[in-house]
Amino acid sequence: MKPAPFDWHAPATLAEALALKAHHGDAARFLAGGQSLVPAMNFRVSQPAMLVDLNRVAGLDGIAWDADGTLSIGAMTRYRSIERDAAIAARQPLLIEALAEVAHPQIRTRGTLGGNLAHADPASEMPAVMLALGARFRLASSSGGREVAAADFFIAPLTTVLAEDEMLAEIRIPPLPSRSGTAFLEVARRRGDYAMLGVAVVVVRDAAGRCREARLAFLSAGPTPVLAPRAAALLRGTALDTKSIADAATMAQQEVEPMGSVQANPGYQRHLAGVLARRALSIAAARSLA
Amino acid sequence: MSQRIAITLDVNGTAYRREVEPRLLLTDFLRHEIGLTGTHVGCEHGVCGACTILWDAAPARACLIFAVQAEGHAIHTVEGLAPAPGQLNPLQQAFQDTHALQCGYCTPGILMTMTAFLAENPAPTEHQVRDALSGNLCRCTGYQHIVDAVLLAAERAR
Repeated sequence: MKPAPFDWHAPATLAEALALKAHHGDAARFLAGGQSLVPAMNFRVSQPAMLVDLNRVAGLDGIAWDADGTLSIGAMTRYRSIERDAAIAARQPLLIEALAEVAHPQIRTRGTLGGNLAHADPASEMPAVMLALGARFRLASSSGGREVAAADFFIAPLTTVLAEDEMLAEIRIPPLPSRSGTAFLEVARRRGDYAMLGVAVVVVRDAAGRCREARLAFLSAGPTPVLAPRAAALLRGTALDTKSIADAATMAQQEVEPMGSVQANPGYQRHLAGVLARRALSIAAARSLA
Repeated sequence: MSQRIAITLDVNGTAYRREVEPRLLLTDFLRHEIGLTGTHVGCEHGVCGACTILWDAAPARACLIFAVQAEGHAIHTVEGLAPAPGQLNPLQQAFQDTHALQCGYCTPGILMTMTAFLAENPAPTEHQVRDALSGNLCRCTGYQHIVDAVLLAAERAR
């Protein structure tokens, strides 16, 4: 057997799951899709004494839209369900574009959005996408709940603000304004591998076609997914023309602080940040006119 | 720590009842508990694709699922593809006809990945086949003939 022994609980309700976690604390891990946790357990890098398996908890998955257009995705919603959802493709296309880069179909069958975000791998696609979209996360615990912005959720590699009795229960994504454009680009050595660097961008124009808002979020560019606010500030008020985009990309390149990896040193990652920011902004700018 | 749980799993339409530790991976359940050794074990951390099975008709890594989690789900393995002993299904036949296997170790996983892929994409392009194949490693690196086999199976089904 690869993993170390553990006790397995598969509660049917959220209340039971949260009570187990509150009682056992860090000795227990929530098991969502298992596509990151189980590899770590197979290597025995992770040896939780208990797994609280969320796969039988009712009501933790699902895709819903509020009247104001906010998209709510239950934490246990599989990538496979999200990437096949026509309404998400139409109204939040950045999610779909980035999901195509997340591992392989076999992994997306089981992998969940909430599990991925709680895992907080800075090389992962969805955390950066959540920053770009300005998502908010609903955290639940047996003593109540709270909501945090995606930008405040990730604090270090594989580390979030989740307390030991808390679960990421729901992801809430505000609607894209009209005249918005989004794009996602990454460079990986092989299809489905972790990216050496990637970027998710959102631009919004005003009625006159000027950039009203821009957000660039990078993955594999530091200990957490990171926004590039100074690059975004350079774009505001511009026509999202070639020169403005090039200036913003140069700023983003200086703004990120990549740590390097086995496959790419920080200098190369910085180079990729500039190139991918420029390309992604150009694509998003064109899409915001469509 | 030696919690044991009685489970009944539906594999290729047959119910198998066993008592297992929760840490038993689905791959090891298939191979060691019920003797279905067609599901291969390669990397055991979700990268190589050799253990790909169908989980409720969708491709999944059996090495990243605990057997106790599979109760209530329909599991299909490579043993379930052939219509009868000594026969091949159309996808397997296409693999034979185009010499799409060398050592054969990766083949069961690829057959299961492509079974699910062709069910959703009956008329794929070569690019789509290559993309779908990206989650299965072949260390003989005979990918070209595998692509040919999938395209041939799709063409014959039309």
